[in-house]
Amino acid sequence: MLSRTADNLYWLSRYVERAEYLARILDATQRLSALPLAYVGASNEWESAVLTAGCATGFFKLYDEANEENVTDYLAFSTANSSSIRSCFEAARHNARAVRTALTMEMWDAINGTWLELKRYGNGPTSREEFSRFLRWVQESSLRYDGSAYRTMLRSDAYWFSRLGVYMERADNTARILDVKYHLLLPDNERVGGPLDYFQWAAILRSVSALTAYHWVYRDSLKPWLVADLLILKDELPRSLSSCYEAIVRNLDQIAGTYGRQGAAQRQARGMRTRLQNSKMDGIFQRGLHEFIGEFITENNRLGGAITEQFLL
Amino acid sequence: MAAAFDEMKGHDGDEIRPAYGELSRWLSEVPPDVLDYRRREAELIFRRIGITFAVYGEADATERLIPFDVIPRIMSGSEWRLLEKGLTQRVNALNMFIKDVYGAREILRAGIIPEDLVYRNPAFRPEMNGQRVPHDIYVHIAGIDIIRVDAETFYVLEDNARTPSGVSYMLENREIMMRLFPELFSRHRIAPVENYPDELLRSLKSVAPLSTPREPTVVLLTPGVFNSAYYEHSFLADKLGVELVEGRDLFVKDEIVYMRTTQGPQRVDVIYRRVDDDFIDPLTFRSDSVLGVPGLMSAYAAGNVTLANAVGTGIADDKAVYSFMPQIVKFYLGEEPLLKNVPTWRCREEEHLKYVLDHLPELVVKEVHGSGGYGMLIGPTASKIAIEQFRAKLKAAPNNFIAQPTLALSTSPTCVEEGVAPRHVDLRPFVLTGRNGVRIVPGGLTRVALKKGSLVVNSSQGGGTKDTWVLDG
Repeated sequence: MLSRTADNLYWLSRYVERAEYLARILDATQRLSALPLAYVGASNEWESAVLTAGCATGFFKLYDEANEENVTDYLAFSTANSSSIRSCFEAARHNARAVRTALTMEMWDAINGTWLELKRYGNGPTSREEFSRFLRWVQESSLRYDGSAYRTMLRSDAYWFSRLGVYMERADNTARILDVKYHLLLPDNERVGGPLDYFQWAAILRSVSALTAYHWVYRDSLKPWLVADLLILKDELPRSLSSCYEAIVRNLDQIAGTYGRQGAAQRQARGMRTRLQNSKMDGIFQRGLHEFIGEFITENNRLGGAITEQFLL
Repeated sequence: MAAAFDEMKGHDGDEIRPAYGELSRWLSEVPPDVLDYRRREAELIFRRIGITFAVYGEADATERLIPFDVIPRIMSGSEWRLLEKGLTQRVNALNMFIKDVYGAREILRAGIIPEDLVYRNPAFRPEMNGQRVPHDIYVHIAGIDIIRVDAETFYVLEDNARTPSGVSYMLENREIMMRLFPELFSRHRIAPVENYPDELLRSLKSVAPLSTPREPTVVLLTPGVFNSAYYEHSFLADKLGVELVEGRDLFVKDEIVYMRTTQGPQRVDVIYRRVDDDFIDPLTFRSDSVLGVPGLMSAYAAGNVTLANAVGTGIADDKAVYSFMPQIVKFYLGEEPLLKNVPTWRCREEEHLKYVLDHLPELVVKEVHGSGGYGMLIGPTASKIAIEQFRAKLKAAPNNFIAQPTLALSTSPTCVEEGVAPRHVDLRPFVLTGRNGVRIVPGGLTRVALKKGSLVVNSSQGGGTKDTWVLDG
């Protein structure tokens, strides 16, 4: 297939996945900021949301401080932010339009329908209720796109490239949350923060839709090191780093199998997958959680570069 | 201007022409709100599928729908056969003319067409001089605009020999009509159009370079998503099952064209290009073009790739050249033209210019290189000021203009605000030419001027489209 087509499919999926992630962050932040100060301390949750979204540089060029109004606007509706939910859906639809022929009717319908409906939300919500509805709608749109891809696409390279986009973006998103909130997850944190942090941990889990999953996996109350374990090493959790890399390796292998050729991208992905498989939380904490996450983000970006170079140019 | 011929009711309006019998009965039975409801349903479907077009010069309306009229335009089988013969003749002559212009130039030497009309024409491509193309076919896809003035008389209004568009509407209009009005379809026997992509692919493959050793690789070259016809490009690529490429997806090495794929370079043999000559190769034509492929013309000259349509076919789109079509048909085929030309005054000729200047309020004046209904004067509906302004323009550069009488385009029943009313229509059939001759899918795209009395059917000027039915027998 055309390199550009693969590139468009890959980014189309990344943008949709990113929009959903932003909606989850905003949802979790809204909950946290609605709690009495005594439960969450003096930290500015809205600033933290901007950091987690990876938009801090652009945001603070426009605003001096982060509050509900400007963060909501910047992350959800702003056209000045190329990674706002609106911009993501615009970019996704632009990519979709460029590869109409590689999409199934259902996928096109999902993405085009989302784009058409986006206009309904105009320049922002008029109330918190409406904003909540908007966030739910974003998540549903992403599910619809993802589901239509999963259920209707031919299992060929087009499908695998679009899946790669999903998992590369997802791995990056999960790693970003960990990068911003890692201090809350250190093993000694329970003593330091005490029950105060319970809501923070819950918010982290909610951002990756893993709050219920946590209880099923551990059958325990929230413990920071277990939250880290779940998000980093648990294959069972679809948004864990480990699970993302299992999928990345699988999709890259499918492509290599069809093309009859392995390359740098396959080797790098397998290297990271092995590293995650051989890691234990104890070891990660000993070497430094923050360093581990930092390295992961760098390596994940490097893999993105390798995929681009090998297939998308 | 005499009263227009109506496709359903003829000249006098007191009889129903046979092809419209069933439709007329159906129109009298169906409650008006059903038509309106179906119209809105059609619009919703079009919006959903994303069949949109862009209008140049309108910043906020980058994607618009072309209005679709749910009442079909109908032709009998015998009417169609007449047209089909005429179109085949005309496109054959066009191909021979273009071959001659870039080859032996017999028609110029015979003094039938003035030399400067060819050599000083901006659409003339000296790069094509002496260049052979596979099977001597230049115009693989032609869109010939036809208007009708009475039961027997069809005129050719324009030959579009470059990159005619609109065929996706022909196909989608049919699909949507079958979905909305299954009952109406069951009452008629209508020639299908859905095989158009198949015929197109067969034509394109048949003109692959002679040296192509295997199954030829065909691609469709688009200027990109911002082009007004982008939907059509992606639609056709999908139906043809070929890659939709942009200039940056292709590159030329050692005079061979390749596309960049996830598995490395792949050789390309036939390019159905929807990019104009000017933009196709920055090394040969406009150097500021980013839509084209550097070196493409060298691969073309080496005979390693086929371009459809060929480079330089725009010479036949020229409206002054158009005025010579009857002579062109006679010169190459030795036959009388089956399709008439609209009588045309060439303002480049002194006597013609004088006549035109004296009769501006009755005439339609067009730019010779114009298209899309831009830059023209429609005398009978223009204000005095507009006419005087145009007169100045015309005097300053008479070579750039031709003039024609204001023809009463036929009308066809159309759904409008106040119910069903006659509106003026034209017809663009799509004529395919391959190694094995000419193929035309019965029908074409009917365009309709939705404004009462308007003769301008172009989508960029508020025109709409209809499904076109050719009946059996």
